[in-house]
Amino acid sequence: MELVPLLLKILYAAIMLVVVLTIAGYSVLIERKVSAYQHGRIGPNRTTTPFIRPIPVIGPLLTRLGIIQLPADGLKFLFKEDFTPPYVNRPFFWAAPLIAFVPSLAVIAVIPFGQYTSPLTGEMIPLVLAPMDLGVIFVLAIGSLSVYGVVLAGWGSNSKYSFLGGIRSSAQMISYELSLGLSIFPVFLWMNAPGSDAGLSLSSVVEAQNTMWFLITCPLSAFLFLVGIFAETNRLPFDMAESETDLVGGFHTEYSSFKFGLFFVGEYGAMAVGSALFVLLFLGGWNFLPFLANPWPAGWIGSVLSVLWFLVKVVGMITFFVLIRWTLPRYRFDQVMKLGWTVLLPLAIANLIVNAAAVAIHDLW
Amino acid sequence: MAETKVLERKPLSLAERSNLPQIVSGLKTTVSHMFRKKVTLQYPEVRPTLPEGYRGVPTLVHDPHGREKCVSCQLCEFVCPPKAIRITPGEIDPEAETAHVEKAPKEFEIDMLRCIYCGLCEEVCPEEAIFLQDVYSMTGYSREEMVNNKEKLYELGGTLPDHHYKWDKKRAAEDAAKARGYAHS
Amino acid sequence: MDIFFILFALLTVVPAFLMVVTPNPVAGAVFLILSFIGMACLFVLLEAFFLAVLQILVYAGAIMVLFLFIIMLLDVREVEKLRPNTVTAAAAGVSLLLLVLGLIAVLAGDGLSGQLLSALPAVPDYPAADEPLGLAQKVKAYGYGLFTKYMLPFQLTGILLLIAMIGVIVLSKKRAAEEGAESAGADS
Repeated sequence: MELVPLLLKILYAAIMLVVVLTIAGYSVLIERKVSAYQHGRIGPNRTTTPFIRPIPVIGPLLTRLGIIQLPADGLKFLFKEDFTPPYVNRPFFWAAPLIAFVPSLAVIAVIPFGQYTSPLTGEMIPLVLAPMDLGVIFVLAIGSLSVYGVVLAGWGSNSKYSFLGGIRSSAQMISYELSLGLSIFPVFLWMNAPGSDAGLSLSSVVEAQNTMWFLITCPLSAFLFLVGIFAETNRLPFDMAESETDLVGGFHTEYSSFKFGLFFVGEYGAMAVGSALFVLLFLGGWNFLPFLANPWPAGWIGSVLSVLWFLVKVVGMITFFVLIRWTLPRYRFDQVMKLGWTVLLPLAIANLIVNAAAVAIHDLW
Repeated sequence: MAETKVLERKPLSLAERSNLPQIVSGLKTTVSHMFRKKVTLQYPEVRPTLPEGYRGVPTLVHDPHGREKCVSCQLCEFVCPPKAIRITPGEIDPEAETAHVEKAPKEFEIDMLRCIYCGLCEEVCPEEAIFLQDVYSMTGYSREEMVNNKEKLYELGGTLPDHHYKWDKKRAAEDAAKARGYAHS
Repeated sequence: MDIFFILFALLTVVPAFLMVVTPNPVAGAVFLILSFIGMACLFVLLEAFFLAVLQILVYAGAIMVLFLFIIMLLDVREVEKLRPNTVTAAAAGVSLLLLVLGLIAVLAGDGLSGQLLSALPAVPDYPAADEPLGLAQKVKAYGYGLFTKYMLPFQLTGILLLIAMIGVIVLSKKRAAEEGAESAGADS
């Protein structure tokens, strides 16, 4: 492989990583601000630095929005005492945060985030780090590995609460992965219906939603996928692994400082990636609105606009995640299991069968 | 034995079991709260209005003539449940205008790490000299800092605007009695 | 590519070996996951991306989570104390011997070639395989091969799973029956 393209790839990957980590970090701010507003509070509005405070109008505004809160929190995590309890299983205890952190970031390689329409040929190229035929299955596969971080953290911590968190998390992951996977199939059935061969890549999903979003054509799939994403990212109301009211901190009870920070960022990274996936699969990706042609002009202005529009949708989804978290109480563990196996899984299978039949009938027509 | 009433529990409807209408109505509530007026008080800048009779940090007060009201009778020291008050009694200079009051505290210390804000000192004070006022935020970096001495207590307390001037009346009465020939014991 | 092959082969074989020798079941499960990931990487080197992703999705992602879930419910300290008894060891040795002999027989002789299996259409014989395959067709070809040329191994694997399932049922039933007998004995 030549050196220059390789270095460019690495540079792109680094930029993407920084962007996604920033989004993950600022979704913490979104969480704090939105939850505060839901409670009738104001949220973080004081953290500031000497460089920002004196700027006339923008300084106080940024301070009020809490923009500086993220670096402040990050530094706090870095400089706290990193304590390893004496009774833990060290290799697992140290590996777990990394295992939780890496998969949620590895999937960003295949997530497309915009389009570039060549002004000369009119050809549309999706912007993505690694264009991959198998995008969706790759995301599911790598995403399914992130549960090991939680499970091993729970087991390696050698404490009851962590252990229960890990156990619950693994049981939940097994239960919800099935309906999550099955819920996506109808989308790809319609895309790959006889006569069309769009493959399994995420950018082709977006192309297929040029005029009509899958949220409208496959609402049940969208709903099941949304529930599955909530469960897979351990967000309330499926917050079994953490469950701070009955398990102290769940799997991360024994973690402190930077290792806890990794879990924390990994969780929000998973949420950002989950939101991006939902947007790509059901909300038309960077397509403008259903029933409307894309207004993005050719050339780089169009690609910037499409990326921005995609980001707007993703941030909207993250806000939705947050709204749900601060609205619903946590399900009890047996309720989670019952919901997963007796409601969502049969629904997902029925949804798949109905859609497959619909595709067949559509073909006969 | 009390009669127990057994309530029929209606089975949940399908809509209720699906949780979805409940989620929507919950979202309606929380989202509507986002656009209401915020209840947060920007604390150090904006202070809450305290109700009448609030029991804050105990303080000592002067009367409007600037006389310290405490006569170091030590009732508060005796009544204080956590023993937070320590008074060193002292005499008033016989040449002073208020010499007939006889006693005043030489030192008056309240240990705010011990004080439980019960207000018994205020209750028991015959001179209305000690008051729990509206200061509620006592902070310090050391134990010594958290002990309020007499100077600090008067600074926090200020002047109580009452006008009955018990001791002035007493002296006036004494003077009047002296003028009529009765000697005060 | 050789470097990658050696790297991934080591990633597959070394954890597999460690999985066998480690006394700690959770560590064993983690080594098995590592081995699966190494195998997926080998599939990637063979440009069998679909298989690689499936390997991770099904084995590393789903089945091993189930394994870990079960293992974590066991008392690990009890399990670590367990030592295989002589009958089990002898049975394992004999099975290993048989397996090695079978492999030698297949590899040294002409094996299964010329048999019915290879007479069936293989993957590349998939209709319209001459032009470069699109992904959907690749997957289709994969399924075609699985259900024609490799039907027998596929079914055998299924039977293997069935054996495991029946074994589990038998084991758990036996214990339940014993407990029932014990409680019945206590009652009488």
